[in-house]
Amino acid sequence: MTRITRKFELLRHEARKAFIPYITAGDPDLKTTEDLILALDEAGADVIELGVPFSDPMADGPVIQRASERALKNRIGVADILPIVERVRRSSDVPILLFSYFNPLLQFAREDLGLRLKEVGVDGVLVTDLIPEEATDFVAEIRQAGLDTVFLVAPTSTDDRIKLIAEYSSGFIYLVARTGVTGLRENISAEVRSIVERVRRYSPLPIAVGFGISKPEHIREVWSYADGAVVGSRLVLEIEKNLGSPLLVESVARLARELIER
Amino acid sequence: MHPLEELRDAYAEARADDSFQREFETLLREYVGRPTPVTFAERLTRYLGGAQVYLKREDLNHTGAHKINNALGQILLARRMGKRRIIAETGAGQHGVATATVCAMTGMQCVVYMGTEDMRRQALNVFRMRLLGADVVGVEAGSRTLKDAINEALRDWVTNVTDTHYLLGSVLGPHPYPMMVRDFQSVIGHEARAQMIERCDRLPDYLIACVGGGSNAMGLFYAFLNDANVKMIGVEAGGRGLSLGEHAARFLDEGGGSIGVLQGTRSYVLQDDRGQIALTHSISAGLDYPSVGPEHAHLHDRGRVEYVSASDQEALAAFQLLTRLEGIIPALESAHAIAHLAKLAPHLSKDEIILVNLSGRGDKDVNTVAELFSREPIGAKN
Repeated sequence: MTRITRKFELLRHEARKAFIPYITAGDPDLKTTEDLILALDEAGADVIELGVPFSDPMADGPVIQRASERALKNRIGVADILPIVERVRRSSDVPILLFSYFNPLLQFAREDLGLRLKEVGVDGVLVTDLIPEEATDFVAEIRQAGLDTVFLVAPTSTDDRIKLIAEYSSGFIYLVARTGVTGLRENISAEVRSIVERVRRYSPLPIAVGFGISKPEHIREVWSYADGAVVGSRLVLEIEKNLGSPLLVESVARLARELIER
Repeated sequence: MHPLEELRDAYAEARADDSFQREFETLLREYVGRPTPVTFAERLTRYLGGAQVYLKREDLNHTGAHKINNALGQILLARRMGKRRIIAETGAGQHGVATATVCAMTGMQCVVYMGTEDMRRQALNVFRMRLLGADVVGVEAGSRTLKDAINEALRDWVTNVTDTHYLLGSVLGPHPYPMMVRDFQSVIGHEARAQMIERCDRLPDYLIACVGGGSNAMGLFYAFLNDANVKMIGVEAGGRGLSLGEHAARFLDEGGGSIGVLQGTRSYVLQDDRGQIALTHSISAGLDYPSVGPEHAHLHDRGRVEYVSASDQEALAAFQLLTRLEGIIPALESAHAIAHLAKLAPHLSKDEIILVNLSGRGDKDVNTVAELFSREPIGAKN
């Protein structure tokens, strides 16, 4: 059983929901990322989504695009990020899901990707631009190494598509709260609840909702019908606001606590 | 994914529907001005002193390039699908102009994404698109060129999927685009093949076309793929040097691309060892792209098509050569094909035939060229 699955089981026993923060690795530098993971763990993160910066983040809105640009000033890739995970594992057991576009993973390892991620302590992979139809080999390889594969369900996904995604997913299913790219939004669409119910018909896996979740009330709303809430752009924006400040890590952790207020 | 499935199904239906194909053919004839002629380049042939040179005149299409063929096909499809809003990316601006044109013709709303660097290089086309009623949105990200415009168009599309069709301009992107765009462009090769048989009583020995994303080349090559004696050459942008970042030659043996995934396509990609997409450079905005259509990658690996490159300087010289000798101002993209022609033709015998796809006309490039010539004059001879 993976750390991710174990975490969701524990939460279920305790009748709690998951808080899943996203940060881009290397934004603004690798050492800060390491400190941020530990601080977010302490602040109450149940799973951490660690983004691999990419030159062409076509699924991301402006906030995470800028985070990628900041990280890429140091020309980093998967090979530079894994040592962070390895160091975090010395003191933390927080589940880590690598959130990446396909190309950086492909260039890092054409073989044994799962094993190489596993040995440093990564728990799962979500590839934004990999569709289940093309993912058979990828999923087999990652699962064989004992890692989870998380796929995205969109509001436009048909029932057939949800079935397919459920089949290829493990750990949890990530439901995109609205059509479009990552970023902050005022409201969570009322439609999300009904999509969560549709996904439940096809999968027993926990469901986390992300894209546009940026306020405590959004999180409470999502927690009322789903199993977890992902917050990305709001936290990344906080990193951006505190660039150059010695209080960056502390500010982001404080925001995380305020968002979940528990 | 859902919009791609919807598009795939709608295109499969349209492809098999005679009335759709008839409407497309009628508009190609009556609106675009097809068939475009094949021109024997007499003075250029004499000047190069080898093979006979023929030009497939896609520059004579309405809006000045081959891009209109695909734009027309897709707008008919979008209308059939009930879409009201069209988005497109553009590099050189030719696809943007073609899209804005067919949107005006059909009364559709049109948004064109264009890198701000390309907007600077192709100011005339920006003005044309706006005249046609399109909203041209500048993209500041990355290299501010075609690749970044595609990213932004994809972001728009996933946000506005229900009423919007993404009118992608080359044989790139996820399925069904590479196939669909090739199909709409294949009229170039079908016409050219029949024209060459009629004019010369035989097929050409060589086809040459420039390759950015690769739509004009696929359009020409496709009808000849089974003609084993017809050799095909795709010409990429060699830019100003052979190191990464200085060119857009994905098939270059050293310093070229490797297999990667970008914007929903697995193909040759110019990238660094971390899988980050490299910056590219070309004097021509339409060839300035780090990846290439997947069918070109396939034809390359099969050895069916040979891929070479021509530098900025060579393309500029070819631009001037064709203008002076034939009275035809080529687009800087097409000038890359002419540049390779100038290298190849002198080595061939006088009874061999080369057909070059003159994919577009150069009106859009005169400012760029004037700027460059004022800095360092370039002679007509290489």
